[in-house]
Amino acid sequence: MRTQTIRISGHDGDEIEAYLAQPDGDTARGGVVVIHHMPGYDRASKEIVRRFAELGYDAICPNLYWREAPGAAPDDASATARAQGGVPDERLVGDVGGAAAYLRSLPTSNGKVGTIGYCSGGRQSVLAGCNLDVDAVVDCYGAFVTGTPPEGFPMRGNLVDQLPNLRAPLLGLFGAEDSYPSPEQVQELRDILTANNKDFEMHTYENAGHAFFAVDRPAYRVEAANDGWERIAAFYGKHLGS
Amino acid sequence: MCTYATVHTPVNGSAKGPNGSWLHVTNATVYFDHPVHAMAEHTLNIDLADPTKGPSARIAMELTADSARALVEAIQAALASAPAELTV
Repeated sequence: MRTQTIRISGHDGDEIEAYLAQPDGDTARGGVVVIHHMPGYDRASKEIVRRFAELGYDAICPNLYWREAPGAAPDDASATARAQGGVPDERLVGDVGGAAAYLRSLPTSNGKVGTIGYCSGGRQSVLAGCNLDVDAVVDCYGAFVTGTPPEGFPMRGNLVDQLPNLRAPLLGLFGAEDSYPSPEQVQELRDILTANNKDFEMHTYENAGHAFFAVDRPAYRVEAANDGWERIAAFYGKHLGS
Repeated sequence: MCTYATVHTPVNGSAKGPNGSWLHVTNATVYFDHPVHAMAEHTLNIDLADPTKGPSARIAMELTADSARALVEAIQAALASAPAELTV
């Protein structure tokens, strides 16, 4: 496996930082864009990138806070980006699009690219799938794909209007004890995708809440996370294989 | 969940960071969201910062909801205990 920190062209042609991990060898393979969670482009996110390389994919995580805080520690960058209003949806789509284009430009690319995100990144993964030419979308407990943000929230709105434009199969992984997204909001997502004849699969884990994949947080649930990783591997194997 | 909600307020004072260094702080951001370090799903987070000195010029706190409320009460009690003319 090779890992490196690189610069890619993001939204509006802006140069942003990204973390890249690639399996050894020159076998043609799919690519995965990892969308980091709100706490930033951190060690846990980079571990996820390396795991996708271990699974056989070229994987990349764009630093969504590079513009606000180039070179800063991930937690400081997250705080700075938050204080300045966070990442606009349009910019997110541009940055993920740039990361996907970079993966497809690699000599090892088979042309297929998937996205995955956790927490806020889960919503952003679906957002990317509604606006970009990608081949598989994974949403890990992203809040406000459906559902209405509480009054007073500066949320960017849900994605209900955009879901009919979803261009790729979707895998959704959720915790039964999560409130955002709640089981009712996950059911709403299921209903909308069904009504629009979208290709999707969803799994909701009992005894798990939000962030059950996060190995460095109290929310970690080993059974849900292990099963979720197996489902992600199978889903990408089906949709990103050569 | 990520709440996205962030409350801003200007502040005027100093805060102490690592290695004994003090920092003049001008801005506070307050939000209830996932912590970076605290062992809780959500915490009340406070950043005291001087944005003119870059992203690392920040003193961060992550407090459970109960301890954040207790801190608010303690601050109010400390302010109330002082002669009014000193806290104008």
